[in-house]
Amino acid sequence: MQTGPGFVVELEKFSGPLDLLLHLIKEDEVDITDLPIAKIADQFLAVIQDLGLNQAADYLEMAARLLRIKAQMLLPRRLGDDEWEDPRAELVRRLLEYQQIRELVEWLGHAADVRAERFGRGYEAPPPDAPPAPLQIDLNDLLGAAERVIALIPEPMLHRVVPRPLDVEGATAKINALLAEREQFGWSDIVGRGATIVDVLSAFIALLELAKRSVVTLSQPEPFGPMVVTRGTPREAA
Amino acid sequence: MEPLAKLLEAALFAASRPLTLEELESLAPSEGDVRAALDEIRQNYREDHGVELVEIAEGWQFLTRREYAETIERAQFALRPRRLSPAALETLAIIAYRQPVGRLEVDEIRGVDSGAVMDKLVERGLIEVVTRGEGLGRPLLYGTTPPFLEILGLKDLEDLPRLEELSVALRRPTPVDEPE
Repeated sequence: MQTGPGFVVELEKFSGPLDLLLHLIKEDEVDITDLPIAKIADQFLAVIQDLGLNQAADYLEMAARLLRIKAQMLLPRRLGDDEWEDPRAELVRRLLEYQQIRELVEWLGHAADVRAERFGRGYEAPPPDAPPAPLQIDLNDLLGAAERVIALIPEPMLHRVVPRPLDVEGATAKINALLAEREQFGWSDIVGRGATIVDVLSAFIALLELAKRSVVTLSQPEPFGPMVVTRGTPREAA
Repeated sequence: MEPLAKLLEAALFAASRPLTLEELESLAPSEGDVRAALDEIRQNYREDHGVELVEIAEGWQFLTRREYAETIERAQFALRPRRLSPAALETLAIIAYRQPVGRLEVDEIRGVDSGAVMDKLVERGLIEVVTRGEGLGRPLLYGTTPPFLEILGLKDLEDLPRLEELSVALRRPTPVDEPE
């Protein structure tokens, strides 16, 4: 992309196409009410070539507008024609309006900075909402409401609540006890012959957990062979 | 200080936000001139104190003096609020001067989509929907809130600079007679 000297522009700096236009106008030190539209349009296009897609729409719309104005300026006009309206008028109005907004931004930003140097009393959580007013209902209302709610239930839903049978802590304790004794041992040392499915699951989860914490290393010398539990070397694992 | 002034002082100390005149008057109805009492407190804190009574956001609040900001912040006893982005300030400026104003007008003046910025400002409580417009779809119209005045340290909207005072004069666009 070709840019003239003193014309290195970062688009991130600008909050929109109007901001960029104002910047170009200021750089060129041209009169905003008598915009050299062809020059400004070319510069604008040069800058937005480098544009990120997320902002493109707003800038492209402005580019199209500039080109249209540029074209309109080229149309011949009769001298002394009162009907002729400067095609730049609307853009100039918007630029002036925006320039004023920028001035207000400066003012507001400064006011906010000054205010930020004074602290009020510290943040306090908003007070809790007042408790709800006591209910005024009679028994019939209550029963009616209950009936309506019950009527909405398609059929009674019953759950059997089973206490969680897994005993991972117990299995972990058992494995730790084995680890204290031996460097290495097998799966069958943890779960004996008469182990229930719950015991097996508990032991398995405990082993996985210990392996995750690098307390033990699990290995299986051959496919479907017995698992070998080895005392872990946490430092290496970390 | 007068008893009323002491009461107001206590209330202002206890509150973590500016208290309005009405709120202060409700503390002690028929107890005398709240304004005079506030003046008394302000005089009292004018010197010899690290905090002062400030008229802000249509109310009164005790604030620390500016000269201590850096020290307090360095010790992390209190933190300055995050600065508003230029996009947020632009949007606030437009809404402050044109309220009640719809999103389309803000977009038009800024030349970019302002939906996300406005949503954030609503979230921060700096602007709010105040009414609906007459036009198509009855658009939501926004205005500024007391917290907006608070973060800028303004008494009220009258504290904003008058547009005539700015170097670029601009009024609301006067309706141009469109050629038929």
